[in-house]
Amino acid sequence: MSLPGIPVAIRRRYGPVARIVTIACGVIIAASAYLPWAYGSDALDNVTYVGGPSFIQFIALGMGLVLPALVVCSIRWPAGFGRTRVGWIRGARALATGLLIIFVVIAGAISVQLGGTININYGAWVGLAAALIGFVATRFLVQEGAPTVNRLKTPGWLSILAIAVVMLVMLFVAYYALDQSNPGTFVTFIVYTGVGVAVLLRTGALGWLTAATGAHRRVMLLAAFLVAFLFPFTQGGSDANMSIAAQVLVFAATAMGLNIVVGLAGLLDLGYIAFLGSGAFVAAMLSGTAMATFDVHPPFIVTMLLSGCVAATLGLVIGSPTLRVSGDYLAIITLAFGEIFRLSMNNLDGSDGPDLTHGSRGISDTGDLNLFGFDFGATHTIAGIEIGRFANYYFILLIWLAIVILIFSRLNNSRIGRGWVAIREDEKAAEAMGVNVFGLKLLAFASGAFLAGVAGSIKAHVDISVTPDSYVFLQSSFLLAAVVLGGMGTVLGVLIGATLLQLMPEKLRFVNEYRLMFFGLLLVVMMRFRPEGIIASERRQLEFHDEDEELAERLDDNLGPSTGAVAVEGASR
Amino acid sequence: MTQTATTDAGTPTELEPLLSARQVTMRFGGLVAVDKVDFDVYPGEIMGLIGPNGAGKTTFFNCLTGLYKPTSGRVVFNGALLPPKPGRVVRAGVARTFQNIRLFANMTALENVMVARYCRTSSGPLTSIVRGPKYRREERETEDRATELLDFVGLPEVAGNLARNLSYGDQRRLEIARALATDPKLLLLDEPTAGMNPQETRQAEELIFKIKDRGLAVITIEHDMRFIFNLCDRVLCLVQGRPLVLGTPDQVQSDPRVIEAYIGTGAQEADGQVGRDA
Repeated sequence: MSLPGIPVAIRRRYGPVARIVTIACGVIIAASAYLPWAYGSDALDNVTYVGGPSFIQFIALGMGLVLPALVVCSIRWPAGFGRTRVGWIRGARALATGLLIIFVVIAGAISVQLGGTININYGAWVGLAAALIGFVATRFLVQEGAPTVNRLKTPGWLSILAIAVVMLVMLFVAYYALDQSNPGTFVTFIVYTGVGVAVLLRTGALGWLTAATGAHRRVMLLAAFLVAFLFPFTQGGSDANMSIAAQVLVFAATAMGLNIVVGLAGLLDLGYIAFLGSGAFVAAMLSGTAMATFDVHPPFIVTMLLSGCVAATLGLVIGSPTLRVSGDYLAIITLAFGEIFRLSMNNLDGSDGPDLTHGSRGISDTGDLNLFGFDFGATHTIAGIEIGRFANYYFILLIWLAIVILIFSRLNNSRIGRGWVAIREDEKAAEAMGVNVFGLKLLAFASGAFLAGVAGSIKAHVDISVTPDSYVFLQSSFLLAAVVLGGMGTVLGVLIGATLLQLMPEKLRFVNEYRLMFFGLLLVVMMRFRPEGIIASERRQLEFHDEDEELAERLDDNLGPSTGAVAVEGASR
Repeated sequence: MTQTATTDAGTPTELEPLLSARQVTMRFGGLVAVDKVDFDVYPGEIMGLIGPNGAGKTTFFNCLTGLYKPTSGRVVFNGALLPPKPGRVVRAGVARTFQNIRLFANMTALENVMVARYCRTSSGPLTSIVRGPKYRREERETEDRATELLDFVGLPEVAGNLARNLSYGDQRRLEIARALATDPKLLLLDEPTAGMNPQETRQAEELIFKIKDRGLAVITIEHDMRFIFNLCDRVLCLVQGRPLVLGTPDQVQSDPRVIEAYIGTGAQEADGQVGRDA
């Protein structure tokens, strides 16, 4: 995974010098925030002033100061806190690498946005040079063993405080990222976030956070839900952002359903979008508008369940003959199923078959939902803040996402979940131990399809129109990528993956033609360096790094103290 | 159920056999791996299955556990025809271990055993999501039973360790615990002491006696003759898929045909041919 390092003997000899250089570089990077980075004000969030850092520069300043702090801490507390080990130098190395990437991205953004490297002012060059030197210098530092801060005993109030802080930071990150209309700023901010997470991970702080918050799971979940719930109130009635947010939720809920199929049962489904599409079409047909093909308009709850059941039936129909074949065959068959779905929806236009979908025009008006007298199409004012149409849908989608997550994690952490793990581990042995392999696979397939179908029924109303060309193979592959990139079998990972994949194209419209190229590149890089995804399920990590005995020992410790049902939960984190 | 069902001569008494195989034959194309094997196992009996490598012992096991469907012949277990699917065989009460250990490597020891409770538990998807009292009771019972079985095979302290990190001997014992978790009436052990040192082998012997004391019948494939003759009530020797001798350990041990099968034709005249199988 890591690049070949410098021999330890050399590191020992130059270590002290490298430390001083690293500290200096950090300070210089921090100072560079007070220097102008660009000649034009259109790049990033206007980084042209002397002595007046912009927000982007402020973060660089903060990160610059953390670098020397980490090095100083490694000298002051080499043994960490208590008897646990902190990854000071690990963090410093990650931060130095991250700062280098950040400055490269910043220089790139300035050049692209203003037209050429000539527009980069001396401040950015100073920062870039310092980051480069810092990167090299940290390679000479001897890093400590894997951090063990997660074993630290944390008092309850501190855990709750940590949860609150994490949630506020997440709310802010979501708010800020969505608010950026400047793509350069957006990209830089995302990279900042990534670097921040990487540093937390390498120092062991993330492990500590996970352990500390894990003890208060309910509080954590409640807080996360609350933050997500409050998000629309930060948007001041802006429909543009809320429309993106609603799409992110649809995508995330669908990806979470696919996560059951791919992440838990280990089945490769390349036509998953068809289930979302079938749900959307059913809901549209029953929406009761002039465009709807059936003149019935059941209550939305019924439509929702019906959409789910239709999708699940399709799942059973396609699954029962194919789930007996393994791996690649299933992928090909599901791929074909996705195409069959698209073509059928295009052809059910009255001339080639019954007129169900109006062919390629689709059902162009599904109307707005109206649940218990609450009109989802209208703008409501709550506590003086306007909640627009998309914000209304955001709330119902949020509830649905919470339900999907609940279903996912409870299935994962049950008799059925154990069966799925066993099937992934060794299908033959699982069968010989009495696990109903075929039944469990079918269950994964059908329940995944059901969840997608219900998500589709809501999506039909969010989008207003349902057309066959929005349910194509590319969407299936995006969903799969969200699961794989984020981390198969995890909740948090898939949420992050889905958010990133849905947000990126919205915010990076300028690279639209190159979007797929970037995306492909990202996948290749991820598969090479971190095949288990951004957030790795511990078991998945082991499956991908079969030879890594150190990892096995470490995860043994993590899985060890908890027993039985709780241990399975650890994997679903 | 628990008394030994064999007389001194090794012939079964009037007890009903737990499992009886009649004329079981398994062909792979032109190769006859198992050839007309007749075979009875009585409740509470330990049965040994020996034979040189390639004699068809594991293939015969696979026929008894539903992994293979015999080309001809039939297997009756507990008064009913053995179903052709491994899952249903387990349900009927036949559990097995594997020659090359096939644990779920990335699950903990406890989870490995809990998985095997699958066929004896029934919570479906809805109960799992709603988590009613029935679900919680069943989960608790599953965990208790798994813990108890880990104790039984002597692995209480590694419950939380990943199966892949266990020592070889412990992995073998965990496999037995996992098989026992399916509540079998008949346990099939495929070379349970392969790769074990003498001390571990002795522990395995004790464990198998303990399993017998629970009233289970055991069939074990083994190459370690001392192990077989210490342990088994009756021994069947297979050679090239055909049953050669069936009898008490003493009878089988002293049978010239068995020695011949293991060491080669004419043991006296061909020292150089000492079989690597023995």
